[in-house]
Amino acid sequence: MTFIEGNNPLLPAETNTIITDPMIPNLFTIKKIFWETDDTFTIEIESHDKSSFNFKPGQFNMLYVFGMGESAISICSDPAKNKTILHTIHRVGNVTSKLSQLKKGDTIGVRGPFGSNWDVTKFYGKDVVIVVGGIGLAPLRPAIYSIFKERKKFNRIIILYGARTALDLLYRVELEHWSKTKNVEVLTTIDRGDSSWRGNIGVVTNLFNYIKLDAMNTYSMVCGPEIMMKFSIEELVKLGVEEKNIYLSLERNMKCAIGFCGHCQYTSKFICKDGPVFNYSQVKDIFNLYEV
Amino acid sequence: MHTEDISILLRNHSFLEDLKPEYIDTILSCASNTYFPDGTKIFSEGEEAKKFYLIRTGKVAIEINGREKGSIRILTLGPGQVLGWSWLVSPYKWHFDAYAIDDVRAVALDGECLRNKCEENHDLGYELIKRFSGILEARLKATRIQLLDVYTKEIK
Ligand SMILES: Cc1cc2nc3c(=O)[nH]c(=O)nc-3n(C[C@H](O)[C@H](O)[C@H](O)COP(=O)(O)OP(=O)(O)OC[C@H]3O[C@@H](n4cnc5c(N)ncnc54)[C@H](O)[C@@H]3O)c2cc1C
Ligand code: FES
Repeated sequence: MTFIEGNNPLLPAETNTIITDPMIPNLFTIKKIFWETDDTFTIEIESHDKSSFNFKPGQFNMLYVFGMGESAISICSDPAKNKTILHTIHRVGNVTSKLSQLKKGDTIGVRGPFGSNWDVTKFYGKDVVIVVGGIGLAPLRPAIYSIFKERKKFNRIIILYGARTALDLLYRVELEHWSKTKNVEVLTTIDRGDSSWRGNIGVVTNLFNYIKLDAMNTYSMVCGPEIMMKFSIEELVKLGVEEKNIYLSLERNMKCAIGFCGHCQYTSKFICKDGPVFNYSQVKDIFNLYEV
Repeated sequence: MHTEDISILLRNHSFLEDLKPEYIDTILSCASNTYFPDGTKIFSEGEEAKKFYLIRTGKVAIEINGREKGSIRILTLGPGQVLGWSWLVSPYKWHFDAYAIDDVRAVALDGECLRNKCEENHDLGYELIKRFSGILEARLKATRIQLLDVYTKEIK
């Protein structure tokens, strides 16, 4: 079965770029694999036929390790660079451990890109507060690249980033680079540190103490563990940011990634096709429930 | 520093934001301007908690002495935040160590002086307790999230 570009009935129209059966993986070669931290690594991959790969910030791929299985992993590279793409992966279980053992030249299967995206054009002329925790910086990095590409179209950019320890902070060189950009504030914090760490310690919401928000003029993107997002959104709302101006990315275990199997169902929504990026006001009622 | 300058520092600190001017005047006599160079130990566990601090600039690290586990840095506080609440609760002893990890400028408030003012003026006392309760609630919530260790997933 082949879908013509733009005609796949199973995918949201704006993300509809797949031209083959969305259940059949395309073959990609590992061009590079490197460790970002003790348990998190990045792979750079390129399609076997060297075709370009277009995606939008916040979208994800299903990465298939042959004989092992598939995992949903967000694309974390610059959407403007589409010859190769990057995925940053936290090694947590079977598939991600196998992915971490791959070598340059190995082949994996890739289905995607899937899902909704961070549409940063909605934030033109506004302040943007990006609140991320742990691996959550990976799905948001393409949005940050997009914002930086059109920097003048946005007002203040504030990045609040929490990680477990100093050694778990991702993309440190880039964080440093972003923080030196005019009108960009990057604040990091860690949950645990020793006396050698001179940066902030405490949960990511603690960082709100150090920024002054023009709340009515602020849009926010939040990504990280669900509980971290819950508290961060509570804080944003408390500071006056409108719920409709807050976006978040949700995770559920996935199988088909095309709204077919129901694995990722989140009440009336499927995370794979209605999400993973949602407007908070769309999911607010279910987001605050413990288990849906 | 003149008392009127300290009054401005008090009024400008977010902890005392919108506090009635007469309350600022009342607590002014308990306040002094302080400076801790980078590396100073501001207080130690077990010492009498005589003061608390409204941090204006710089950063303070709170450490807990985990005995055989060594010192663990559990929180940092910065501009606009409040350092210390043990002055408020008997037996008025610090439970943690605090270090300046930057050059720190702060307004110190004398605990005993403030407790006396609050005894004399319960409205002021209630206002301050409400503000401290907010801080305690936020710190408790933050500690609970830290305990969840949200960024780890079990490795099979
Ligand atoms: C849309 C989306 C985007 C994602 N992007 C990334 C990314 O960029 N980088 C990254 O490292 N991970 C990402 N994830 C999470 C990733 O899919 C899972 O960590 C991965 O599938 C685990 O597979 P595994 O076989 O290694 O672990 P398993 O052996 O399946 O499980 C290991 C542990 O992880 C838990 N787990 C498994 N899947 C998930 C999940 N989806 N969410 C939370 N816990 C899970 C299990 O309960 C178990 O405790 C994303 C998930 C979704 C849904
Ligand atoms: S993963 Fe199958 S419906 Fe979403």
